[in-house]
Amino acid sequence: MAATGTTATPSTTAARTPNKGLRWLRRNIITIAGLATLAYLVLPNVIVMVFSFNKPNGRFNYQWQRFSTDAWTDPCGVADLCGSLGLSLQIAVWATVGATVLGTMIAFALARYRFRARAGVNTLIFLPMAMPEVVMAASLATLFLNMGIQFGFWTILIAHIMFCLSFVVTAVKARVMSMDPRLEQAAQDLYASPVQTFLRVTLPIAAPGIASGALLSFALSFDDFIITNFNAGSTVTFPMFVWGSAQRGTPVQINVIGTAMFLVAVLCVVVGQLAGKRRKRS
Amino acid sequence: MTKNANTRSSGGDVRLQGISKTYGSFTAVHPLDLTVPAGSFFALLGASGCGKTTTLRMIAGLEEPTTGTVELSGQDVTVLPPYKRQVNTVFQNYALFPHLDIYENVAFGLRRRGIKSVKKQVEEMLDLVQLGPMARRKPQQLSGGQQQRVAVARALINHPQVLLLDEPLGALDLKLRRQMQLELKRIQTEVGITFVHVTHDQEEAMTMADTVAVMNGGRVEQLGAPADLYENPATTFVANFLGTSNLIEAEVVEAGGEELLLKAAGGKLRLPAARCSASARTGEKVLAGVRPEKVALRHTDDAGSVPEGHNRLSGRIKDASFIGVSTQYVVEVPGLGELAVYEQNIERDGRLVPGAEIVLHWSPAHTFGLDATQDIQAGADLDEEAA
Amino acid sequence: MTTTARPAPPDEQADPAPLEVRRTPARKRLVPYWLLLPGILWLLVFFAAPLVYQASTSIQTGSLEEGFKVTWHFATYWDALGEYWPQFVRSVGFAAVATVLCLLLGYPLAYLIAFKAGRWRNVVMILVIAPFFTSFLIRTLAWKTILADGGPVVGALNSLHILDLTSALGITEGHRVLATPLAVVCGLTYNFLPFMILPLYTSLERIDPRLHEAAGDLYARPATTFRRVTFPLSMPGVVAGTLLTFIPAAGDYINAELLGSTDQKMIGNVIQSQFLRVLDYPTAAALSFILMAAILAMVTIYIRKSGTEDLV
Repeated sequence: MAATGTTATPSTTAARTPNKGLRWLRRNIITIAGLATLAYLVLPNVIVMVFSFNKPNGRFNYQWQRFSTDAWTDPCGVADLCGSLGLSLQIAVWATVGATVLGTMIAFALARYRFRARAGVNTLIFLPMAMPEVVMAASLATLFLNMGIQFGFWTILIAHIMFCLSFVVTAVKARVMSMDPRLEQAAQDLYASPVQTFLRVTLPIAAPGIASGALLSFALSFDDFIITNFNAGSTVTFPMFVWGSAQRGTPVQINVIGTAMFLVAVLCVVVGQLAGKRRKRS
Repeated sequence: MTKNANTRSSGGDVRLQGISKTYGSFTAVHPLDLTVPAGSFFALLGASGCGKTTTLRMIAGLEEPTTGTVELSGQDVTVLPPYKRQVNTVFQNYALFPHLDIYENVAFGLRRRGIKSVKKQVEEMLDLVQLGPMARRKPQQLSGGQQQRVAVARALINHPQVLLLDEPLGALDLKLRRQMQLELKRIQTEVGITFVHVTHDQEEAMTMADTVAVMNGGRVEQLGAPADLYENPATTFVANFLGTSNLIEAEVVEAGGEELLLKAAGGKLRLPAARCSASARTGEKVLAGVRPEKVALRHTDDAGSVPEGHNRLSGRIKDASFIGVSTQYVVEVPGLGELAVYEQNIERDGRLVPGAEIVLHWSPAHTFGLDATQDIQAGADLDEEAA
Repeated sequence: MTTTARPAPPDEQADPAPLEVRRTPARKRLVPYWLLLPGILWLLVFFAAPLVYQASTSIQTGSLEEGFKVTWHFATYWDALGEYWPQFVRSVGFAAVATVLCLLLGYPLAYLIAFKAGRWRNVVMILVIAPFFTSFLIRTLAWKTILADGGPVVGALNSLHILDLTSALGITEGHRVLATPLAVVCGLTYNFLPFMILPLYTSLERIDPRLHEAAGDLYARPATTFRRVTFPLSMPGVVAGTLLTFIPAAGDYINAELLGSTDQKMIGNVIQSQFLRVLDYPTAAALSFILMAAILAMVTIYIRKSGTEDLV
């Protein structure tokens, strides 16, 4: 906290000159602590990346042996790995579509209308976010069991849409609420029918909120393990494959896929940022 | 239609009949009749919450009146949604679409009406408001004054019968506001469209409008040409809200002739009967009003030089502030309280300093009379409040 | 359904209403309900109903072969609590420690991004979010490598005799970190750290940096500025961050499974094994109900105490 960039208090400007190094440390302690946390956050990714070039001796890829690009040249070389990855992507896409559509509708209702049972709806949206996943997972699985519903693709999809919904509602609602209602009135004033107003004004302005809700849904769904574990039956998604491999032996290909996803994500963000900057400049 | 008959007169008239708006138990606008002649510049003036914006929104179709009808050029549009009315609005804070550039903002209305080739019209309109080179900027990259002009262009390009302006200059600084006032007035004269302008700034309303309606508490207090409202306010609210007034409580001593004779704080005041909006029989109370700039000051030593027949009161200067073109005095008159006096700085009398005993006087023709049952303070201290 | 819809529903074709009627037509008033219907139905059927089902399951008796019947057997709750209270205590304890660590680690980073990163802000932000895109299971497994017995981290801690100290405190065992409480807490902290940083950053970013200057101008030393101005203003972020960290951490079983041993099992592990392996559904249901009730109670008290109720 020694370096908030505030004006110096009279006492520090006085002839008190402690050790220069100590002063530097005090001024930069926040930066140092922050960077240390950042290192803590990024370190496992670095390990994942490095170990994607490992050639382990046994079944487990926890100890460095020697450099190899075998896994990179044959990422699908392990049985079921790429199948589970494909399944996860498929579920994530559909869960994102479902949760985004349903969640956006709820968000508009909450942000634009007054109606009864508003408090009840808000609670129902909030609860899934305040509930430990394992509780939701076990409850939903109990329901499916008792209904005699076959576990698999559909049960996973239903569960994913359920827990992604609340996050979409929160993201979109915030955006729509901060939108000036006069913009919609201005559109109507300028001869746009309600449908045109929605398509030409409301939707484009709410788009960033909808996009961030969708992105979050995709990430949550793709990476979900606990709820999927309870509701998948014998179907294996990518996180479940990784979980299983932690017991049976971790193929290097897992690290390859983890690294590839990381790089693709970073690349997307960087490209997006640059594009945004260029647009702003022109 | 009279003064713009030789220009491109495309304006329509607005006729409001008995329109009112209530929200639950709150009445925003009491039943109101109002006619805005085609081609005129009409201002709705009032403090925030007086119902002026609600009235405007009912004309635009953004608010459905609880009772009454709205007619545009003789056609009943009361239940017509905003996008089917030949009316456009310049919104408070402009409401420019942040996701569209200036060009597309201006073209919005044309495109919605299915007009394909908008290029020529949009460019002409942008030139009219001097924003041609800005066409491809986004609204947030423009200054307040530029955004304001885009909002005007976006509305005007549709050639509406009536242009509604909701506090269009509220967000601008003083200097820019003055400039835009002239600019808007110029555009209005040029295009001949009926303008209905909502504002809380009395100077703005008086500079720009042909007719001003002063609103208070959901009702129109008085309607008329700016000079008329200023010289002959009908209520204390109008007297205080439009500029400053000295209101003196007085008793009618003599009525019936062309002039009323009043008694206040021991002195006698005269008031033309035609300028008294209250019933004034002998023995009743009225408020005698006079604008500060109509009052002259004399030092007591020169009291003899006060013209014969003028209303006069004596008092003591409590405060004097020099503001360049004039000096504003606060004068304490025993038994009446404080009166304001604005003296032009032509020949300054060095003796007129705080503490000096003086005589106030003004021509009886400048006195106006108001109903004494009203709140004497109504409308005071409201005019600078942001709406 | 006597609602008053706000003006101009965006996605409905308004029809020219008959002239004298000035009430909002019923179709318009129903718009919000139509918008809510599918999503709310989804949550009712797949979120709320299962919880009710779960409640009924928790008071059933029976076996897999003969089927389960509701017998109002509340004893399941007492039995479950009696047998698994250590896991409950451990879950809450681990989650609490991880939450505090997340706050201590996350605050400087959020502060750094909000006030000091300047043109590096976006880069740092990407580095905080990007790990999300690698499956968290893979990243958790990476901790097995980092904390491996012969690895550099354990080696360094050993040579500094820190592990002797932590062993004495009971948070590590012998000269290793893996399969100890320290490893599990470390994993929990790591996994939920971004959930702390993002809300903290959001509320810090809203603070006008001029407030720091104003506080300095009014004789507050930097530490005082932080205590009296910055921290109080960031409270919404602190509350949201701690909740987003504590709740999933308390129900988590992945870190305990991958980084701990049988002695570090949390309540999530028990529920998972009761449900998926032992197939004792009533016990699993009772346990998850207790967990849910405990967490909701703690969250409610916490929100009341911190006075920020506008989280949704």
